[in-house]
Amino acid sequence: MRKRSQRLWLIGAAAVLVTGAVALAVVGLQGAVAFFQSPSDIAAKGPSAFTQALRVGGLIEVGSQKHEEGGKLLTFTITDGKHTVPVQFEGIPPDMVVEGKGVVAEGKFNSNGVLVADRVLAKHDENYMPKEAYDALKRASDSEGESTYKEPTT
Amino acid sequence: MIAELGHLLAFLALAAAIGQSALGLTTGGEAPRRLAFACGIFSVLAMLTLIISFVQLDFSVSLVAENSHTLKPLIYRIAGAWGNHEGSMLLWCMVMAGYGAAASVFMRAGPLRDKALGVQGLLTTGFFAYLLFASSPFTRLIDPPFDGGGMNPLLQDPAVALHPPALYLGYVGMSFVFSLAASGLINGQIDQEWARRTRPWALFAWSSLTVGIALGAIWAYYELGWGGWWFWDPVENASFMPWLVSAALIHSLIVTEKRGGMASWTVFLSVLTFILALLGTFLVRSGVMTSVHAFATDPTRGLVLLFGLSIAGGAALALFAWRAPTLKAGPEFDPVSREGALVLNNLFLAVAAALVLVGTVTPMILQWLGESGIISREAASISIGEPYFQLTLAPMIAMLLLFMPFAQAAPWRKAELGPLMKWLMPAAAVAVVAAIVALAMGGWGIWLGFGVLVGVWVVVGVGMDVVRRVGPGGFGRFLRLPLTVWGMAIAHIGMGLFVIGATVETATRTEQTFPLRPGEIAEMAGWTFQFQNLEEVEGPNYSALRANILVTHDGRTEVIQPETRTFQVARTSTTEVAIRKTLGGDVYVALGDQVREDPAAWRIRIAYHPLIDWVFGGAGLIAVGGFLSLAARVRRRSAATAPETEAAVESPPAPASVPA
Repeated sequence: MRKRSQRLWLIGAAAVLVTGAVALAVVGLQGAVAFFQSPSDIAAKGPSAFTQALRVGGLIEVGSQKHEEGGKLLTFTITDGKHTVPVQFEGIPPDMVVEGKGVVAEGKFNSNGVLVADRVLAKHDENYMPKEAYDALKRASDSEGESTYKEPTT
Repeated sequence: MIAELGHLLAFLALAAAIGQSALGLTTGGEAPRRLAFACGIFSVLAMLTLIISFVQLDFSVSLVAENSHTLKPLIYRIAGAWGNHEGSMLLWCMVMAGYGAAASVFMRAGPLRDKALGVQGLLTTGFFAYLLFASSPFTRLIDPPFDGGGMNPLLQDPAVALHPPALYLGYVGMSFVFSLAASGLINGQIDQEWARRTRPWALFAWSSLTVGIALGAIWAYYELGWGGWWFWDPVENASFMPWLVSAALIHSLIVTEKRGGMASWTVFLSVLTFILALLGTFLVRSGVMTSVHAFATDPTRGLVLLFGLSIAGGAALALFAWRAPTLKAGPEFDPVSREGALVLNNLFLAVAAALVLVGTVTPMILQWLGESGIISREAASISIGEPYFQLTLAPMIAMLLLFMPFAQAAPWRKAELGPLMKWLMPAAAVAVVAAIVALAMGGWGIWLGFGVLVGVWVVVGVGMDVVRRVGPGGFGRFLRLPLTVWGMAIAHIGMGLFVIGATVETATRTEQTFPLRPGEIAEMAGWTFQFQNLEEVEGPNYSALRANILVTHDGRTEVIQPETRTFQVARTSTTEVAIRKTLGGDVYVALGDQVREDPAAWRIRIAYHPLIDWVFGGAGLIAVGGFLSLAARVRRRSAATAPETEAAVESPPAPASVPA
């Protein structure tokens, strides 16, 4: 095979592959990405406005953790100090999902406006708060009005 | 005293590295070789002093005070030395200097070694300077505390104690591959000889990286308590990208070594792998993201790393751009040939790495744009997780595996596609049957079907290739197959098993949470679990709640004991799952929390992870294959004077001549 046609073949194969990969990446980035929302964002538009998977961050409201259906479900509310989002999660969350601590829940809203989380994230040590949870709190407290959230004293 | 000695040794290592780089890049010869060796020794001793400080619990050393504790068991006191930012940077420096020292012992004298030691010395100098002036592990406290702060309890685990050293042997090993590439470019000698001498280093680094990543995945599987082994966390991706690119590199090095082709691409990959390893370090250490690995969330450190990354990467790419046009193109080859198949291998792996890169850095770039006010906050905060990576990577991996048996069986230069395909028909038939069986058993998921199809295709196809290489020689010849063939076959079979395991596990794992009172029974998939009681257990530095659960399956019973451990010092708790291994997969039981509304009941999570051992075993075989290929090099080198008998074995007759 000639040098020239060898090079053409290589460029052709690479072009086909790269085109396919770009197409895949575009489809993936459009469909398979979860946007982050704070409880205040969700309160502003209403949960029914969010049809895609999303991430919600904030603190787990003190006193909100409950077990339902005899203990199969864990429910809690995420607060940013202004608004709250109810969350339900089936299964056992990571060890650091504790009331008063930062958390990020990822999932979709059901028809009752409850976030059905398929992932709940917390960090693995006592001093950390997920960045998105921190941002949500900061934004809520930066916006006008007094925050209703009180830092728990531990 | 011991910390001051360590500090001094680190400075001596820095001085040696400076000398090594200066002399290596200029005069060359014996002097840089000796300095590289000395630098390695100083670094190892410096690391040892730090370990001694940790073992002796010298709380006047700030790092020990922050990261250790009197109650910690000995092995984790040792591992604690690198379970933090400063200590792990010293480990990084030690491995980097260690590669230089290894090269000074194993490499023949000559310009390749001189310049490689010079470049490696430059890199070592940079990292030691960063260590000593920005994150010294030897800092003393004027007022030492009575006891230490303890280590993150999740890291108190054997797999994760060994995870950083293995990972660094891989990550940092890429620095020496990079140095060899730079040396070749400086000398204007990127040829078959260069590839032959570079490939063992690349193989060693890549195999170690495989081990390191696998250890991390195993740890995540049993320690984080929810049974996942890969989360597409940016930190994991940070190690996966260099793995993909170096996997491409060890394959393109074959083409360069055997045929003299793809020389500039091979060098480019060598540079790229190291840049990606540095990028990974930057992502992990700079605090641009949060994860269990991000123990240094100090933006200035991030800036220093980014600065170093830009300089090293920029200089290397400039050197490449300047020198690459002088590289000779290799001999011609047909698209249907081993070269052609290896080109495809490289394309798939490189594109896969690019897709991972896009998925990893897009959220960070958007976030930065959002914080700078360039785009709206709503559009800026996104998370890219499993759906994206599954959608984009699965096709690449599937294609990679599809071509794998062809690549192994095709001869160099030119192959006939028709006979090859005909010869591989049995593998295709077995693969199709296996995929149908898997779909019928595991539900009709597209990923599951594809994964099993390509996985079985590779395992059977590679097996057929091994049989073909044995030929009519029988078992005796089977044992005498060259190590290179063994290495390749085992790594490729490992890849096939890994893909089968990963897709089956992901598509068909089941999990359920059962609230159980003592005496109550849960049933899942033919297994029964009776929650008997809870007991309190005291560990060396934790107290645990342990559940006794009677498991019954096929008439056999057994008690398993999942725990939750609460660590007093760190005030955190961890989940110790109980795993019951079976032939088909793991029964995985985790103890959750007390049901709030019914304090007598405890939430127990039971999961079944089918073929999970194929995932880890497959990764292990990939690494074993890499190390075997390396051993083949070492053995061949030591027998260099013996007549070259392997050439005939490595290029067996094409399948066209094999009766179908």
